[in-house]
Amino acid sequence: MSALTANPRLRATAAFAVMAALLVLVGFAQSWSLALAIINLCLISAIMALGVNIQWGYAGLFNVGIMGFAALGGVAALLVSMPAVPEAWAAGGVNLAFSALALIATIVAIIACMRLMRRGPGRTLAIVVLVVGGFFFIRVFYDPAVTAIEAVDSAKTGYLGGLGLPIVLSWFVGGLFAAGAAWLVGKVALGLRSDYLAIATLGISEIIITMLKNEDWLTRGVKNVTGLPRPVPYEINLQSSDRFIGWVEWLYSGRLADLGDSERAAALQQLVIENSSLFVKLCYAGLFTIVLLVVLMLSVLALNSPWGRMMRAIRDNEVSAGAMGKNVTKRHLQIFVLGSAVVGIAGAMLTTLDGQFTPGTYNPLRFTFLVWVMVIVGGSGNNLGAVIGGFLIWFMWVEAEPVGTWLMGVLTAGMAEDNRLRAHLIDSAQHMRLFVMGLLLLIVLRFSPGGLLPEVVRRQS
Amino acid sequence: MDYLIDVINALVLFSNFVLVPGLAYGSQLALGALGVTLVFGILRFANFAHGDTMAFGTMVTILLTWWLQSVGVGLGFLPTALIALPVGIAATALLVVFTDKAVYRYYRARKAVPVVFVMVSVGVMFMTNGVVRFIIGPDDRRFSDGERFLVKARTFKEVTGLSEGLAIRTTQGLTVVIAIALVVALFWFLQKTKTGKAMRAYSDNEDLALLSGINPDRIVLVTWVIAAALATIAGVLYGLDKSFKPFTYFQLLLPIFAAAIVGGIGQPVGAIVGGYVVAFSEVTITYAYKKFLIYLLPESLEPDGLMQLLSTDYKLAVSFLILVAVLLVRPTGIFSGRLL
Repeated sequence: MSALTANPRLRATAAFAVMAALLVLVGFAQSWSLALAIINLCLISAIMALGVNIQWGYAGLFNVGIMGFAALGGVAALLVSMPAVPEAWAAGGVNLAFSALALIATIVAIIACMRLMRRGPGRTLAIVVLVVGGFFFIRVFYDPAVTAIEAVDSAKTGYLGGLGLPIVLSWFVGGLFAAGAAWLVGKVALGLRSDYLAIATLGISEIIITMLKNEDWLTRGVKNVTGLPRPVPYEINLQSSDRFIGWVEWLYSGRLADLGDSERAAALQQLVIENSSLFVKLCYAGLFTIVLLVVLMLSVLALNSPWGRMMRAIRDNEVSAGAMGKNVTKRHLQIFVLGSAVVGIAGAMLTTLDGQFTPGTYNPLRFTFLVWVMVIVGGSGNNLGAVIGGFLIWFMWVEAEPVGTWLMGVLTAGMAEDNRLRAHLIDSAQHMRLFVMGLLLLIVLRFSPGGLLPEVVRRQS
Repeated sequence: MDYLIDVINALVLFSNFVLVPGLAYGSQLALGALGVTLVFGILRFANFAHGDTMAFGTMVTILLTWWLQSVGVGLGFLPTALIALPVGIAATALLVVFTDKAVYRYYRARKAVPVVFVMVSVGVMFMTNGVVRFIIGPDDRRFSDGERFLVKARTFKEVTGLSEGLAIRTTQGLTVVIAIALVVALFWFLQKTKTGKAMRAYSDNEDLALLSGINPDRIVLVTWVIAAALATIAGVLYGLDKSFKPFTYFQLLLPIFAAAIVGGIGQPVGAIVGGYVVAFSEVTITYAYKKFLIYLLPESLEPDGLMQLLSTDYKLAVSFLILVAVLLVRPTGIFSGRLL
């Protein structure tokens, strides 16, 4: 036991071994399909947790808007992969382009005003006039464009569609979107006291979700966009592919050999159906693992580089790092943008996996808070810790529901079947997950602030 | 003369849809922001759990109100929730004092950096949220009863002969009256009583206050109890005025923070002014001015659109924009609060 606590490498190995054992257990006890589904989301959660760990673990920045950055990644998946809707472009494209130009012109005018005029009431007045004027100027083009676009076959499209490119590209684009939003927020809120970043990120994430829900011309809003193209084969194509059938036949040749001809065909068909879904999930798992490994490798390299040392120095003592000539605010902005970009990538991957973009499903409990629990429980400042946190917490989140419902069932077993309290307790069991996660966060923060895999501090002898 | 009546009609219309709702909403925000600002002034962190504390207090009040309604106890034309309110306040006070003892005190003793407090408060926020959802469920709940209107639109029209009506709901009137009474009481408490003075001294300079023999535990306790009372009252008034839904209360956090920061965080006066600034910005920016302008403008200039600056879905964006503007221009807020 003492070796476990003393040796970080052993500790990490043990943690990952336990995690793997848990997943294998799900595979045997429940189903392999479920185990793979959990693994896929674990991988995405781990990437998100890595992004947050970059912000919190390396720099001590508290981002309460993870949901918003993940949603920006999701919208990137939609905008990159869906086919364009030419009718919508024809209907509102020109006006939309004009409104974009008007927006740019307004921003340029405001920046020019800030650069050229002297600080004072005159400048403030000019900026206010420009903002208000620009707002109406943009809407002259924007309003008709939106009406025209949303009118195009609104039951099916009613939006501009996307670029029709491979969806994997959107993972980069999602990172860029999130980075852009993070830059804007960071520019405003960083350099003030730490609470401001928390409040500002909370705000921006709520607003991003509101926009995605209401700007139907861009995202179809709450009508959702379904059927995003996949980066991996479709089950239905696999089931009719001779190669895949042959492969399943070979894999299960032992089991199939004992059966008669008619039974054999039926059994094979069943196996092909089961395995096609497993195969698709495995393909996703492979893609996600590659991304996770790349992000993890880059994070580890960055943390151990001079840049990473500088970041930790800033985190541990801003004043003395500043005295050494480090621009604290700029470095904070840099790391905030980087971390958010990673969250954006994970957000795009999540939407890719879901195959649909549903702005209504983004909620802060699932996206912001759960990721925080992952980082804190896993071990802030330790990249492997973030990964194991992502795996473990997602696993618990998924498995808590059957366990919670079962627990409520046992606790209320003495009550009558139609007891209203019993029905209420069983219905509300899901809300206890929040409570349990909150409790877990508070307990870890208090009694083991380092988490499962604490930050490894290397000292030069 | 006709034009004069048009102008009066326009003003009545404006009062009905902007002024009165804005005043009520502003009072609710002001009470919420006062709680945030007090906790910030004394404990020095932005309390993310405040919105859910409001939800908790409102939930207790609602449950008791339902029970009172079921046994037939009421207040006549006033909502029954007013009887249940003190119990809600007491339960919330117990909750926050318990949270302080169980959670925050440890970090205070260790002099943890503010961001740790903020993070812990986020944890508390989600736990409270979980409890509220567990007990009352995530759905919309209504619990207002009694007389709905102080001034009915129809009566107003009949009395004045105008074509526009002015309606004032009982809850709106109640909100403003209670808010004013509370603010007066709070300021009297802070300015005149020994404990209030000690709180201000502690907020101003902790070390000096400790040297003067002020008991920090007592100050913290009193602060939490006041914050709980303000949160519960703000939550119940908001719930009576609109409706109660746990998620809405979580979202109220943003306008409340915006209000506290606009006014100058740590400054009670600032919280009140900030509350009204945020509320009126929200209401005026999301109001559709079409009818208002039709009264005022000659027929040839009548607008054809709704003349709405932003759709009401973007209410939160308004608070956020105000917040951003303040952070960019004057991070200490109107009344020069503490620099966060």
